[in-house]
Amino acid sequence: MESVQSDVAIVGAGGAGLRAAIALAQSDPKLRIALISKVYPMRSHTCAAEGGAAGVIKPDDSLEHHFNDTVGGGDWLCDQDAVDYLVQEAPKELIQLEHWGCPWSREPDGSVAVRPFGGMKKQRTWFAADKSGFHILHTLFQTSLQFASIERFDEYYVTELLVHEGRCAGVVAIEMRSGQMRRFDARALIIAGGGAGRMFPFTTNGAIKTGDGMALAYRAGVALKDMEFVQYHPTGLPSTGTLLTEACRGEGGVLLNKNGRRFLQDYGMGPETPLGKPVFKTMELGPRDRVSQAFWQEQKKGNMMPTQWGDAMLLDMRHLGEKTINERLPLVRDMSISYMGVDPVTDPVPVRPVVHYMMGGIDTDTRAATRLPGLFAAGECACVSINGANRLGSNSLTELLVFGRRAALSALEYVKAGAAPVNEGARAALATAAQGRLRELMQRSGSGETVAGLRKEMMQTMEQNAGIYRTSEGLTEACAKLSELRRRYARIELHDKTNVYNTDLLQALELGSMLDCAEAVTQSALARQESRGAHQRLDFTARDDVKFLRHSLALYAQNEPPRIDYRDVVITRSQPGVRDYSGGGGK
Amino acid sequence: MGERQVELEVLRYNPETDREPHFQRYSVACREEWVVLDALNHVKETLDPTLSYRWSCHMAVCGSCGMMVNGEPKLACKTFLRNYHGVIRVEPLRHFPIERDLVTVIDDFVAKLTRVKPYLIPKEPKSVEAGEYRQTPAQLKRYKQFTLCINCMLCYAACPEYGLIPDYLGPAALSLAHRYNQDSRDGGRGERQEELASKEGVWECSFVGACSEVCPEHVDPAAAIQQVKIRSTLDWYQEHLMPWLKK
Repeated sequence: MESVQSDVAIVGAGGAGLRAAIALAQSDPKLRIALISKVYPMRSHTCAAEGGAAGVIKPDDSLEHHFNDTVGGGDWLCDQDAVDYLVQEAPKELIQLEHWGCPWSREPDGSVAVRPFGGMKKQRTWFAADKSGFHILHTLFQTSLQFASIERFDEYYVTELLVHEGRCAGVVAIEMRSGQMRRFDARALIIAGGGAGRMFPFTTNGAIKTGDGMALAYRAGVALKDMEFVQYHPTGLPSTGTLLTEACRGEGGVLLNKNGRRFLQDYGMGPETPLGKPVFKTMELGPRDRVSQAFWQEQKKGNMMPTQWGDAMLLDMRHLGEKTINERLPLVRDMSISYMGVDPVTDPVPVRPVVHYMMGGIDTDTRAATRLPGLFAAGECACVSINGANRLGSNSLTELLVFGRRAALSALEYVKAGAAPVNEGARAALATAAQGRLRELMQRSGSGETVAGLRKEMMQTMEQNAGIYRTSEGLTEACAKLSELRRRYARIELHDKTNVYNTDLLQALELGSMLDCAEAVTQSALARQESRGAHQRLDFTARDDVKFLRHSLALYAQNEPPRIDYRDVVITRSQPGVRDYSGGGGK
Repeated sequence: MGERQVELEVLRYNPETDREPHFQRYSVACREEWVVLDALNHVKETLDPTLSYRWSCHMAVCGSCGMMVNGEPKLACKTFLRNYHGVIRVEPLRHFPIERDLVTVIDDFVAKLTRVKPYLIPKEPKSVEAGEYRQTPAQLKRYKQFTLCINCMLCYAACPEYGLIPDYLGPAALSLAHRYNQDSRDGGRGERQEELASKEGVWECSFVGACSEVCPEHVDPAAAIQQVKIRSTLDWYQEHLMPWLKK
């Protein structure tokens, strides 16, 4: 098998992967960097982020405010040392992007503009209209083109990590264009593979968000941390799940039930604020978990609007006026018209909560290092624990920049420390074994188990049992179902047995990743007998700091369900308190 | 809810098993609000797992799903079935080699994009500690439109010049170069000019304007190219007729 030599290999070329690659190239021009991605970098899902990236910049704001908002927003499941690092590095990273050309929206005096966002006490969300993630991704991608030391491998799907004697030594990947396998030898590896929202049927996530990076680390023995925390974004279009950014509400949009009532005031997020004058951390600027949960409660009371795609609430932006909507929310207008036939300038837009983001992921420390020497991770696939039990909107774009760079610096340190390379014989043997597994999958036949069939069953199970509110009964059923699906997956049969751009094969591998992630989600959720942030149990309705102020760790156990372990949360100065979104402005 | 039977005629080509491309017909029960991509996904899931195409975001921002729909370059995720009657013919983007079925080889674009230096070459370098560059909304507006390119390749499929002269840099690469030239923070126009004003650069454009017509993001590459032509002409006059103006 052909092999590619590098000092650091990166799996995933979205925001985190590109940021890491640039940091490496700038730190040491002699470094050989392999940037491997299953899609071209500009197709990565960072492009779909709309609202913006949080970083303290205005004089009335402080790092302490950003810290407190994030920790409280995460229901105290955040590691506070990691949050400190995030808020402190955030403004530097956002200015760095500005220096690279990111077209941030501006104030009349030419300074960078910021907007309010859910759960944030001050205006600190940097934005580029409502295509912030798109501009961040393209700025990073275009900036990366000036570094000859970044060698890209676009449309390569990584199937396994090479792990020998307790160290990560690279990956094996399929080149989609030829179907050939390649071995990537690397002295350090960074996984930046994104989230796993596609295990649910109704999601804002693009087709590529299948948890591949998470599964790679998990199967290599690294824990998946806090996987039970799945974020529902309150405002997706009911027809397609397309995201309408939280900035709709940051700019002053309001949420109505079918009677025209701003119902969030009935769920601890009131009193009502004046129309068009949003107040920080209350009503429509409450955090995503609370707003999505309020929708669910209100739906149960029969107060939601029936639509052909299920019940919906109404996002009313009419009072913002055409000019503001065009300037600040052009994509929102375009998509509402295209996919729902509703113009937000003249009519309220039906929306409903939709799976959006994985708070959990590959267990990393504040250096973005995993417990497997030589392996680092950053971005949505990682869980460095800045998001805790509920991520605040606009912290994730910041996270992928801050920890993408951190992963690069840590990987570089590791390489410079000079661990002896894994010997050629061991690498070759690992790669050959991986190739054998792939060949077996390609040739297998006779079971009738298909990608589409198993995927549909997985999605239904997740939707029914692992949604906004969960029960022991539902989660037990989901765990059993996922065990069954994983057994059946081991016999899955491809229809397409050819080599060139075989998407039947690609989707089968992606399904394998999703099933592993889904099982980690449901097992962790079943074990967490409390309600915290985005994890709400109808049978354990209170937060339980005595038993569960801890991170869950799902450890891969081959054909068995994962073993669930726990680790204490890092608390430096903010003791668990009450999350108050009643308009008092927080603490 | 509305449902109707849609006939799709999809170009198939697998270099391992087919001597040449051919069309395959699928009859799909489609919902009224579906786009072409939804129909293809339905085919892939229920009728034919061997069909290959690229897609991801389903919101016209990742740029993956560009293809020809009834002869026009379109994003499959934003092309509504309700606007079509009769058989809908779906083919890979014109002017690009076919890798497999609807998947094209876009190496040429990626190489050209790299050549035009689509990154900020600062006029005055500044440290991060020194804070952001000031840029007024008016200065932002001078280039903002050209930042919106999603690299979907529809403009290349529409451009008759690119079809005739494969070396032509093409609308997206030229627009993105122009985007940085127009940025108040940038001082790299001189470095980019060599590529832009070369024989594969803006002068290949015969101003047909098809690129701007098909652009799903309203980038208006044709306008970018004409602006570069004007600047290049001024450069020429300055250099040849008013050499005393040269720095």
